[in-house]
Amino acid sequence: MSDSVLPAAAVAAPPKPRTRLPPAVALGIAWIGLMLAVALLAEVISPYAYTALDLRNRLSPPVFMDGNWAHVLGTDELGRDVLSRLFFSIRMSLLIAFGATIIGAAFGTTMGFLAAHFRGVVEQAVLTLVDFSASLPFLILALAVLAFFGNSLMLFIVLLGFHAWERYARIARGLAISAGAQGYAAAVRQLGATPLRVYWRHILPNIASTLIISMTLAFPEVILLESGLSFLGLGVQPPATSLGNMLGYGREYLTRAPWILLAPAFTIILTTLAISLVGDWLRDRVDPTLR
Amino acid sequence: MRDASLLEAKGLVRRYTMRRGLLGRSVDVTAVAGVSLRLERGRTLGLVGESGCGKSTTGRMVLGMEVPDAGSVAFEGRPMPTPGTQAWRALRARMQMVFQDPLGALDRRMTIAAQVAEPLEIHRIGDTAERAFRVEALLRNVGLRPDQGARYPHELSGGQRQRAVLARALATSPAMMVCDEPISALDVSIQAQVMNLLVELQAEHGMGLLFISHDLRAVRQVSERVAVMYLGTIVEEGPPDALLQDARHPYTQALVSAIPHPGRSSNRIVLQGDPPNPASRPSGCAFHPRCPIATARCAREAPALRDTHEGRRVACHHADAPVLAEVA
Repeated sequence: MSDSVLPAAAVAAPPKPRTRLPPAVALGIAWIGLMLAVALLAEVISPYAYTALDLRNRLSPPVFMDGNWAHVLGTDELGRDVLSRLFFSIRMSLLIAFGATIIGAAFGTTMGFLAAHFRGVVEQAVLTLVDFSASLPFLILALAVLAFFGNSLMLFIVLLGFHAWERYARIARGLAISAGAQGYAAAVRQLGATPLRVYWRHILPNIASTLIISMTLAFPEVILLESGLSFLGLGVQPPATSLGNMLGYGREYLTRAPWILLAPAFTIILTTLAISLVGDWLRDRVDPTLR
Repeated sequence: MRDASLLEAKGLVRRYTMRRGLLGRSVDVTAVAGVSLRLERGRTLGLVGESGCGKSTTGRMVLGMEVPDAGSVAFEGRPMPTPGTQAWRALRARMQMVFQDPLGALDRRMTIAAQVAEPLEIHRIGDTAERAFRVEALLRNVGLRPDQGARYPHELSGGQRQRAVLARALATSPAMMVCDEPISALDVSIQAQVMNLLVELQAEHGMGLLFISHDLRAVRQVSERVAVMYLGTIVEEGPPDALLQDARHPYTQALVSAIPHPGRSSNRIVLQGDPPNPASRPSGCAFHPRCPIATARCAREAPALRDTHEGRRVACHHADAPVLAEVA
């Protein structure tokens, strides 16, 4: 470890070097901020309700394609304002992505810790589940679950939460085992700490950076998965709307009115790209060996 | 049970199963092969040996961190409870461990003061104000400034970190402390400071110390008794000065001759043969393939650790033979 050879002079708290944000990362952060603002303020900034019909202006093109200013991004086949629908779709998709990512991370980390703590049979069971989950095509599983249990937003979010749990489980198990064998966790256990204290107060904060990075990598995947399922008609059901839902219903008008589909498509691309960029940068930032 | 005896370990054995390659047979590795030792209140027992000889494993078994495959550990006359039980956890306040790598032993995301206070929280000693007061006293006790308690481990030097680890170990006023190579990760100049601190703290708090090291001189400085380990067994035990001046076991003689002496012509005993491999213990005396005075008997039967004179114990068939260095 590089900082173990610090001379005593370095004891005076070293000034934190101010590193400049790479422009791509700055843009990514700005875009994510914009998306969050849109999601939070959807009611306030939407020009129309997302279900409001304007039957005289059906399939009206956006402004830059010689449309009128009443519908900046145009309207769909029922005359619903694409911009307003986009705002509410962003809210819905972000809600699903955040909810699912957090559920997956919490469940996966818990399972990983259980495996690391009990070892033996529990570990084998968790690892079998992990392998099972990793080898199962998730789309098929999602189709089956949604077909049998019907569709509700809650079920949908929980289902997507189980999309990437095995990654967190693997990471948490590996890091907890290595922390438990040597170093701070062994030291605290030797002080008489209960396992709960060791995992919650010591191991979790120490591996949190890795888990957070993993979450930023899983987040775009959940958005894409939600889009895919909604595109197939299994995700968010009308009249509610999401980015994938907009894509799915817009595809019938791909040749006549591409703007219905292009707005959510670009939003998905930019948002996933922004989160991936920021996640990559964050990983380098929080890894003390790379600083 | 004698009152002075703080810790008594009898015939400790620890085996690990190791697998070679993907489909290889699993091999039993005997890390510790029958170690008995006794630690008295306020005294120090040094445990020396080369790396891989099982001294750290012995330390962990003595602390109850690991369960021996055979043998028993008794602390203050009572057998060691099973790890993870309530009784075992409560006993942690009475015995503490100091690790080799102080940076690894400290949580890098917590301040020093929070970590020194942690044993007090775990064992529910005092309230918040009392704990803060005690932490300050502990930090002063090990030679740290109380304001350094607000620092994080990576903001301290190696010696200061080891002091912080010592402060944490002392927080519950333990009766026994196991120091596993506490100075090997430190600079030579800081090693001496930490050693002196350890001796001072022992004099002040009166805990029994099991000092594990590969450095015979460091062990000599702190210990009343020294045990030399080779491949999972104690080959010789006795007072450090007697051991250094008049080693009876050929392995100890080789170790002692390896200590550099300025101005004296080198008469080092260089051991022949391979370094010991715990996965394939030699028959009889574990040391016989490398021993310059080994005979056919050494390959057949393992020598027992027997008392010789003046409180010394040796495990060698030829312990009464003349000292090697003089023969050579």
